[in-house]
Amino acid sequence: MSVPAELRYTGEHEWVAIDGETATIGITDFAAQALGDVVFVSLPTVGAEVAAGDPCGEVESYKSVSELYSPVTGEVTEVNEELNDDPALINAEPYQLGWIFRVRLTEGAETATGLLTAAEYEELTAAAS
Amino acid sequence: MTKISPVTSTLRDTPLRAVHERLGATMTDFAGWLMPLRYGSETAEHDAVRHAAALFDLSHMGEIAVTGPDAGAALDYAVVGWPSALKVGAARYTMLCAPDGGILDDLIVYRQDTERFLVVANAANTDVVLAELVSRSSGFSGAVVADETLITGLISIQGPNGPGILSKVTDLPVGEMRYYSGAYGTVAGCPAWVARTGYTGEDGFEIFCAPADCERIWDALAADGVPAAGLAARDTLRLEAGMPLYGSELGPDVTPYEAGLGRVVRLDKPGDFVGRAALAARAAEGPRRVLIGLVAQSRRVPRHGYPVLSGGSEVGLVTSGGPSPSLGAPIAMAYVAADAAAGPFSIDVRGRAEPAALTELPFYDRRKRR
Repeated sequence: MSVPAELRYTGEHEWVAIDGETATIGITDFAAQALGDVVFVSLPTVGAEVAAGDPCGEVESYKSVSELYSPVTGEVTEVNEELNDDPALINAEPYQLGWIFRVRLTEGAETATGLLTAAEYEELTAAAS
Repeated sequence: MTKISPVTSTLRDTPLRAVHERLGATMTDFAGWLMPLRYGSETAEHDAVRHAAALFDLSHMGEIAVTGPDAGAALDYAVVGWPSALKVGAARYTMLCAPDGGILDDLIVYRQDTERFLVVANAANTDVVLAELVSRSSGFSGAVVADETLITGLISIQGPNGPGILSKVTDLPVGEMRYYSGAYGTVAGCPAWVARTGYTGEDGFEIFCAPADCERIWDALAADGVPAAGLAARDTLRLEAGMPLYGSELGPDVTPYEAGLGRVVRLDKPGDFVGRAALAARAAEGPRRVLIGLVAQSRRVPRHGYPVLSGGSEVGLVTSGGPSPSLGAPIAMAYVAADAAAGPFSIDVRGRAEPAALTELPFYDRRKRR
């Protein structure tokens, strides 16, 4: 299971890559393996304002459907349209081609609070497996 | 993302647990058994069965032997079918019903010898089936009921390449065996009951053997790179094939007629059987609800228990739903009120009505392969 050190994580098994004012978000390798093949992603709406912890989409696998939460506060600027054609990109490359959406962080907001480091996330998944 | 919890409770292992671990399977609790849910990609496992072949461990299934000179008569009384009319080597799909006609389990009955029948039950219902068969055969002095679940392993090879692969490791002329027939022989040198049956909508075989021989048989069948498939793929395969699942389409509150399986109730057989009077009445009145097939027009997946809507009101419930790799769209089976069975339908997928097209079952028929 891969947990890239440069990313931040949530207890909901999502990852966040923060680059300046933009956050890119997806689900972790651990989550993708636990779900099995992703068959559909209900993507967030571009332009929507999201607050950290808000549900903003769904990830469907063979056996389950999971809420997608925004780990940060801001405006959704982009979604990964490739997932409409090939949702299993999330299984194949959860941290690269399988990214799900991007958020422009609201200036001044406590945007990155409560996020876990790679080490903290690894500890969390070790406890769960 | 939601919580992900590991399997922790005490579960029964199949004889193939070491194989599943070696293959890196994701295991799950299924009816008290630790079973492989998938080995990797469900889609790949599903497709392997549709286009080539894959192996399933079905050792959790219940096997109950009914033997003796009265075995056929006892089974004729216990189930809705007519087992005593089967020739040696024949298999039949049948049901065990309650006196009120509700379904207690669906079964495959094999006549393995003149005085020996093997009844295969769902894992979750094995105890119920065993108890009912014991009690229903109590009036037949020449019938003995024995639970053989724990002394029987079950491996299935399903898919169009199944006969060719199996023929290399068995002494049976499997290519010549008829669908829904079985025979004693050897597989990988081990004694086995081999039947041309399955639950996938493809050609295939089920191999009943001693637990100690499971790994040897599995390895022989897997030798040419035949992949394993788990319960998740088994579920989408049977759903595409329109095959009912106990607990979803079938249950104590469902009659065979509602499930579209009235043909398995042999009201024409001689003698009484449990449920006869209630089933005869149900057969005469026509079902109040019917089982239908729906193809979702959206990509959101209908799942068990979702309401089916028509004309703005709820007319039924989804019994099974999932992605269909063969159709490329989500599919569902649902019970709807008989007077609303013409549609048009939508499915309430977590608060949003998604249109769904009525379609004839099965969704997938290998004889009309597209």
